[in-house]
Amino acid sequence: MNKYEPILLKNMMQPGYTGSLADYERAGGYQALRKALGKIAPADIIEVVKKSGLRGRGGAGFPTGVKWSFIPKDHRGPRYLICNADESEPGTFKDRQLMERDPHQMIEGMILAAYAISTLIAYIYIRGEFVLGAKILENALAEAYRAGYLGPNILGSGFALDIYMHRGAGAYICGEETALLESMEGKRGLPRTKPPFPATHGLFHQPTVVNNVETLANVPHIVNRGPEWFASIGHPPKSTGTRIFCLSGHVKRPGNYEVPMGITFREMIYEIAGGMRGDKPLKAFIPGGASAAFLTPEHLDVKMDFDSLAQAGSMLGSGGVTVMEEGTCMVWAAENLLQFFNHESCGKCTPCREGSLWLLQILRRIEHGHGRQEDLDLLLRLCGNIAGRTVCAFGDAEIAPITSTLQHFRDEYEAHIRGQRCPFRPQPVADLITVGH
Amino acid sequence: MLIEKHKDKITEILGRYPEKRAALLPLLWLAQEEHGHVSEAAMKEIAGVLDLTPPQVYETVTFYTMLNRQPIGKFHIQVCRSLMCALVGTEQLLGWIHAKLGIKPGQTTPDGLFTLSQVECLASCGTGPMMQVNDDYFEQLTQEKLNRILDDLKRDGKSPLATGPFMFPVPQHMNR
Ligand SMILES: Cc1cc2nc3c(=O)[nH]c(=O)nc-3n(C[C@H](O)[C@H](O)[C@H](O)COP(=O)(O)O)c2cc1C
Ligand code: FES
Repeated sequence: MNKYEPILLKNMMQPGYTGSLADYERAGGYQALRKALGKIAPADIIEVVKKSGLRGRGGAGFPTGVKWSFIPKDHRGPRYLICNADESEPGTFKDRQLMERDPHQMIEGMILAAYAISTLIAYIYIRGEFVLGAKILENALAEAYRAGYLGPNILGSGFALDIYMHRGAGAYICGEETALLESMEGKRGLPRTKPPFPATHGLFHQPTVVNNVETLANVPHIVNRGPEWFASIGHPPKSTGTRIFCLSGHVKRPGNYEVPMGITFREMIYEIAGGMRGDKPLKAFIPGGASAAFLTPEHLDVKMDFDSLAQAGSMLGSGGVTVMEEGTCMVWAAENLLQFFNHESCGKCTPCREGSLWLLQILRRIEHGHGRQEDLDLLLRLCGNIAGRTVCAFGDAEIAPITSTLQHFRDEYEAHIRGQRCPFRPQPVADLITVGH
Repeated sequence: MLIEKHKDKITEILGRYPEKRAALLPLLWLAQEEHGHVSEAAMKEIAGVLDLTPPQVYETVTFYTMLNRQPIGKFHIQVCRSLMCALVGTEQLLGWIHAKLGIKPGQTTPDGLFTLSQVECLASCGTGPMMQVNDDYFEQLTQEKLNRILDDLKRDGKSPLATGPFMFPVPQHMNR
């Protein structure tokens, strides 16, 4: 059971709650907007968010108020806010729930963020596969316009904002914020070299803030209940508030669970998610989406917050927790993830583009019984040549499954090579051993 | 043809952006919704609207996996193959589909109704194994459920077993 009081999932857990504007208002929705617009100065909203300690929920954990404060105050000309609703990190499925079940919570957060950075235009970049989510958001935006929460003169405050939807079309990399900007501009989603950062040169070369769905959904609550309240939740000072963790894999009760940051993985896996499916022992878990390093049962008492995970050699990332039982082949798991990374590498940086294919081919031959003893050092050498040598963080992400499984399960790789077969899985059919897109 | 038919819609889309090229993905979606894929003729037409060259449009189109350059089956079955789904049964799901339709990933049934693809994570990792068919998600699949869905699609063009708005787990007090 999840004994913690939800903040972001609270409304949708009420019987009969549909996510309509009327339901949202009845639950106290748009009160933060009424409280803020024209009454609290934009710069003070930024201060409130800074004080709350809110950090980005999209993966990197950058302090949200600080990011907003980077928008140049004296900039003439447009500036933009983009809600990153691309949710494509394997293991992550929380933004989809936030958008489909309580769209106005995120929209109110967007309006407040737009007000704080004084933009007139905001976009929601939503992954192309979320057809239902896009429809629900379109409807919610229309409701918000009709009620005067969007448009030329919001709640009579003189503040104006338009929000438009922009659908992606299938490309993981477009979740990376500068690739997202390229994609929005109608180009291939290739990440940009930074600096300059989006805060000064973003969408259409104008100052731009990109924030994740869950990050923005927190903002109305912070404005309503105050930064001190928010900063008292979780594991202050570095990890304040709740996180929605997405449990997947071999647990009895997978799903989205909102908890204060700082509880242990043990509590999350064994109490909240009901323990291991079939009560098999735990073998490994990924704590923060496919880009995060694997951890082992030794790490069950690590706290689920930014710093504790960094110390344990992994990351909180996107909040996707994937649990694997004893008997799961770690080489197979790494191979599966490398197939993902190889498929999704955008091709801009040579180490990532070529490296992901080489890594995949080596993992494949090990998994399929054709590995060579020198392959393990070769893997590590290749990983070393990718880390830190790419324009975006994708390069570091694609090596995490390999370096971490090699660190914790090297004997398993060696057993594959020695035995010339996977000790866990039946021998695959030869014609499946092909690499390509 | 696209332009004539959707004149107002296109004007509205262009109005969302300060630069014309930003309307490219929305217009490509419009073309694909119309024809099921984006033909070269459509790309040329869109290039004209946005003051781009056809290769500029093509360059963008080829980056995105959801834009089809060839006609595909009426129902595009997309099975998630990423790790979290694979842990709970992607292989079985592909086997059930093969048993029912006789196709493997990359193939289309002879009647042109079903095309099967494997895709990467669709953000339903806690409710695998899963697939998307055209716009709809189908989650927590079993062989029985899959067979029902495929029968529904063939007969009615859609299936009531599609999931969403998404919430998982559904709290016990809401289940009644
Ligand atoms: C390869 C890659 C993929 C990413 N995918 C997503 C994504 O799907 N959704 C998201 O919100 N952030 C994603 N990010 C993080 C974004 O670049 C960016 O940090 C985030 O949207 C900022 O919002 P936040 O500060 O509110 O977290 C990704 C980053 C990388 C490097
Ligand atoms: S891994 Fe299949 S939906 Fe995420």
